[in-house]
Amino acid sequence: MKSTYTISIFTEDRIGLLNRITIIFTRRHINIESITASESEVKGIYRYTIVVSVTNDLVEKLVKQIDKQIEVLKAFYHLMPEIVSREIALYKVSNIALKENELFTKVVNEHHAKIINVSADYIVVEKTGDESEINKLFSQLEQFGMLEFARSGKVAVTKPMKTLTTYLKEIENNSKTTIKHFNNN
Amino acid sequence: MKSHTKYNKEVTGAEAVILSLLDLNVTNVFGYPGGAIMPVYDALYDYTDQLNHYLVRHEQGATHAAQGYSRISGKPGVVFATSGPGATNLITGIADAQIDSTPLVCITGQVASQLLGTDAFQETDVVGISMPVTKWNIQVTKAEDIAPAIAKAFYIATSGRPGPVLVDITKDAQFGKTVYSFQKCESIRSYFPTPKVNPDEVDAAAALINNAERPYILCGHGVLLSGAEKQLLALAEKAQIPVASTLLGLSAFPPQHPLYVGYLGMHGNYGPNLLTNECDVLIAIGMRFDDRVTGNVSKYAKQAKVVHFEIDPAEINKIIPADVSVMGDAKESLELLLPRIKSRERKNWLKRFADCNEIENEKVIESAIHPNSEKLRMAEVVHQLHALSNGNAVVVTDVGQHQMITSRYYKFNNPNHSITSGGLGTMGFGLPAAIGAKVAKPQEQVVAVLGDGGFQMTIQELGTIMQSNIAVKILVLNNNFLGMVRQWQQLFFDRRYSFTEMKTPDFIMVANGYGIKGKKVTERANLQESLTEMLESKEAYLLEVIVENEENVFPMVATGASVAEIRLE
Repeated sequence: MKSTYTISIFTEDRIGLLNRITIIFTRRHINIESITASESEVKGIYRYTIVVSVTNDLVEKLVKQIDKQIEVLKAFYHLMPEIVSREIALYKVSNIALKENELFTKVVNEHHAKIINVSADYIVVEKTGDESEINKLFSQLEQFGMLEFARSGKVAVTKPMKTLTTYLKEIENNSKTTIKHFNNN
Repeated sequence: MKSHTKYNKEVTGAEAVILSLLDLNVTNVFGYPGGAIMPVYDALYDYTDQLNHYLVRHEQGATHAAQGYSRISGKPGVVFATSGPGATNLITGIADAQIDSTPLVCITGQVASQLLGTDAFQETDVVGISMPVTKWNIQVTKAEDIAPAIAKAFYIATSGRPGPVLVDITKDAQFGKTVYSFQKCESIRSYFPTPKVNPDEVDAAAALINNAERPYILCGHGVLLSGAEKQLLALAEKAQIPVASTLLGLSAFPPQHPLYVGYLGMHGNYGPNLLTNECDVLIAIGMRFDDRVTGNVSKYAKQAKVVHFEIDPAEINKIIPADVSVMGDAKESLELLLPRIKSRERKNWLKRFADCNEIENEKVIESAIHPNSEKLRMAEVVHQLHALSNGNAVVVTDVGQHQMITSRYYKFNNPNHSITSGGLGTMGFGLPAAIGAKVAKPQEQVVAVLGDGGFQMTIQELGTIMQSNIAVKILVLNNNFLGMVRQWQQLFFDRRYSFTEMKTPDFIMVANGYGIKGKKVTERANLQESLTEMLESKEAYLLEVIVENEENVFPMVATGASVAEIRLE
């Protein structure tokens, strides 16, 4: 049975490494639902967050293949309840919103969103939340004329994980294998 | 001549390439020059007394030669090629090395860094192209980064589960100046090549093996790569466990040993396949359950507990779930396992293999090596080759029927003497790989056993043999067919021989054109004498043997069938 898994990958800062990792999915005909990459809390170490819908057996195999890449420090996978995640979305709506200011403001406030840019032709609203919250606000704002919509991939921190710096120390003292045993349990 | 002992002097990046190789004790390189790698070739010109370069006739040949070199010597094979087509021509060999865990270091020239991404002449994104088939790769754009990149490349290629790496060096980096110093790479913080063996896992494996009635060892390439032949032999003897070998594991276990039961897989021996589904503990050592070994996975060894000894964690549970997995180097793991293993007899279990062997002998082997047919058969040629070389030759094969026949009928006395393209099944591998093997071990008798199809895929490497005087023996088993495909067409495509019949040139005349002696055999009466002449030749020699056109290789586990459904005819 397929589930949604969030794969967190910690890597060295290397040109082309993201490509090396996405190839692992492409080769197996797996669609990446979302992907983000940024520097982690440790300078020089990057964090990729990849969301996929696959079986447990497959996610285990994928993570092993990712882990095998030379410049990957460590890869983990987690089910949704094991992570705290957010996406950010930007909604650009038409100036109808200005004409129906009261209703518009109510919708924005109810959804804990923010108006971040106002011009004569359009208004830009920002919302941070999970996928369904972002979708809900989208449907509410559609009545004002949706001109443009963009959402980030998921960024996530995991509940059961130790801090990255602890891992790094362990990595230096141990092998990946030993570490694997107390994380992806 | 320049000495490479002088550090801290200013050199070009190109010279740093050569100096780094010398510091890594590289003595042989296979390659082909071209525009973007010219500075490296120019630097090489001053070091030919320390570094032998073999000029191949196509870059693919360089990769296979480097593979052959590596497989017998245990050292990484080194390849030079230029950018663009030179680099793309390496891909087949790199992919072959990746799937067969062979350490290769490929050094490619690249257009100058300011031209990257401009569709410059002979520019290809070889780092991008080779990414899926390399263990690691890198592009270097500065002279000072060359030595560290090469040091890292060698470390990655040769450590843990070995594999191919590629270092792409832009032309400006080759021309650039740097102060040369060399530091060997011995660790990378994100890379743990060899997992530490967990004693608990070894205990669990020992418990399963000690309680087994019918244990069975599958010996893979990992045994050879870690040099665990003696430990494997000791384990088998102590617990009286039958041993079968994968294609790449051939030569790891003495073939005449009473515990050696034969060769696994689609065209392997009868007992080793059939009895996979009768053992109670399956002990896989340094192998990855290739589909050619398992047949239908859902009907593979379902009755057995599986113990998997493996260096690459990604191979554990990839195909066949392991009840106990022992991660780590095979030699180290087996050394820890041995004292925990109890000695015992298993006469009845071993007799099952002997009985199967008798059936296979009667139904397949006897008629294959002593046929009544008018035309010669491949198996009798290989059988004779084995007898005349006393099982001591290094035999390099290409891909197809002749490869399966050689794997079945040549009995390798010495570890690493079987060299073949396993996982990728690369036709054209044989001839250049034999060249590389002979370069690595000039004192050994190296015989390339080829089919008429595969030979023609890299036949131009006869030029390499000619130019570098490489005394490789070439045995072409010519059936004027792409025999393995034809066999499948016969069995599964209603004998519709779509484009498998192949006209061949006068191979002897071709060889003669390259200054290589040769002979063609069509009669059984001349076979032994001709093989002897080939083996005794001090120089390269081509022997073409005309064999039965429509011979099939049996036994056979058809695609989708279980190993227990192995066909004898």
